[in-house]
Amino acid sequence: MELEVDIEKRLGAFCCAAAFTVHSLRCGVFGPSGSGKSTLMNLLAGLVVPDRGRIRLAGHTLYDAEAGINLPPEQRRIGVVFQHARLFPHMNVRRNLLYGWRRTDPGDRRIEPEALIKVLNLGHLLHRGVTRLSGGERQRVALGRTVLACPRLILMDEPLTGLDEELKYQIIPYLQRVLDQFAIPLLFISHSLREMRLMTDEVLVFHDGALQAQVSTESLARSDMATAGGGYVNMLHLGPPRQVGDLWCYPWGETELVLTEGGGAGDKFFELEARDIILLKGRLAAISARNLLTCRVVGLFGVNNRVGVELDCRGNRLVAQIVQESVCEMGLAAGGEVVAAIKASSFRRIV
Amino acid sequence: MDTFLTLTAQDTAAVWLSIKVACGATLIATPLGFATAHFLVFSKMPAKSLIEGLINLPLVLPPVVVGYLLLLVCGQAGLLGPLLRSVDIRIIFTLSGAILASAVVGFPLMVRAIRIGMEAIDDNCLMAARTLGAGRWDALVTITLPLSGRAVLAGMTLMFARSLGEFGATIILAGNIPGVTQTIPLAIYEYTNTPGGDRAALNLCLVSIALSFAILLLSEALGRSLKRR
Repeated sequence: MELEVDIEKRLGAFCCAAAFTVHSLRCGVFGPSGSGKSTLMNLLAGLVVPDRGRIRLAGHTLYDAEAGINLPPEQRRIGVVFQHARLFPHMNVRRNLLYGWRRTDPGDRRIEPEALIKVLNLGHLLHRGVTRLSGGERQRVALGRTVLACPRLILMDEPLTGLDEELKYQIIPYLQRVLDQFAIPLLFISHSLREMRLMTDEVLVFHDGALQAQVSTESLARSDMATAGGGYVNMLHLGPPRQVGDLWCYPWGETELVLTEGGGAGDKFFELEARDIILLKGRLAAISARNLLTCRVVGLFGVNNRVGVELDCRGNRLVAQIVQESVCEMGLAAGGEVVAAIKASSFRRIV
Repeated sequence: MDTFLTLTAQDTAAVWLSIKVACGATLIATPLGFATAHFLVFSKMPAKSLIEGLINLPLVLPPVVVGYLLLLVCGQAGLLGPLLRSVDIRIIFTLSGAILASAVVGFPLMVRAIRIGMEAIDDNCLMAARTLGAGRWDALVTITLPLSGRAVLAGMTLMFARSLGEFGATIILAGNIPGVTQTIPLAIYEYTNTPGGDRAALNLCLVSIALSFAILLLSEALGRSLKRR
């Protein structure tokens, strides 16, 4: 995808201005509420007309104030998954799903409804009225409806807000699977750093209607280390576990992790706070932590009085958070070897 | 001969005329009412409230005044007189006149009913439809129209019922000609002005009640089936 945007829009006292170019397939728009994220989405989708500027997507000009081009929403082929599903109440699930598909030029229909319905696990709901769906089901239908319109770009405006915590992370695997399988570029709007990290590689940071920065999701997460109550959180993608005694062994790349939390088949996402990792040098007689991983130090990055130690653990990346004093005492430097000690109960499952 | 619930040929003609007028007025007013309600709900034009006032005027004016104004506009010497003559339509003292009078008087009621239903439609649904590739008209037909179906039905019912009862504007514009423009209310009016016509007037009143009640029941049933869908 290549999305070039340079637009400005004034709405009363609020002004939204943004100029950026996005190349990555999964980009996020991050910022607190009221920062202009949804305005940006409406501008891109053509639901609100900018005051000036231009929007180009994959070589097509969607809006150009000077040239007098302003494609209506139905011709932009930008799909939107709205915050509150916005399903058509007078249609059943099937007709909702196919609404956009039927209006897509047959030559542009890259996605087969049957395949998508299977991925989203909606087969048993097709003939149900949308008023009789649960929150998670509604959001899955909304996602499917947008994807079936075979858009050039999908905008997701806080698609997980309004769902309860548990449901939220049940939807994420569906989102990931759909985007992977059908290779659709994504612009993901959210105020949650955790959602950003699960869904995007690159982030546009908005504040007060203006674009503040365009950074990788990873560096956004690292910058959060200094905030009070914040801290870097490792996101670990683990394979299906096997039970060993009363603990669970999860494959993690080429190595294995021991966790207290069990789980069924399928891949899982776990969070691990960087400050819950203890770094050791040399051998200890005994330690209660169940995971002792020999790692190579890739680099160090400091934020205020905290230091992030980036580790390479047999191909896997891990960040441990320690203080400057420890760095000096242990003589940590890039290329050195350390052992990361992690308690089996430090992992928190999110998906 | 004056038995209970026996209708004369003239009475039967009045009943049929009433039904004709009500159907005609409802059919003519429905598309216009839908378009007007759509305009009032979705348009951002500054002169909107002025147009709204104009549409609601027949609701507050005495029907006789509405009838007289229509007579001025549609009469031979009226504003639209030459135009109507050129397409060979006569309004004054004809069935068309009765239909026009009913349609104008009932119009604000119909617009109001459709508007209330249309305002309840989530704007966001329309936006979603647009992003899914539906143009303005497509979204109008596939989203707005079905979602305001019950409101349109309610508007049609009000219009039909109001037409059955229309008197003031009709008698001015279309007159009270038996078999041509004499609807049930006009026939009742004539009976009550005739000595010994009480029984016949009562008969027509009963027919009127039955007709109105049947319309209400039918509308309720249709509304329920629309809701189920």
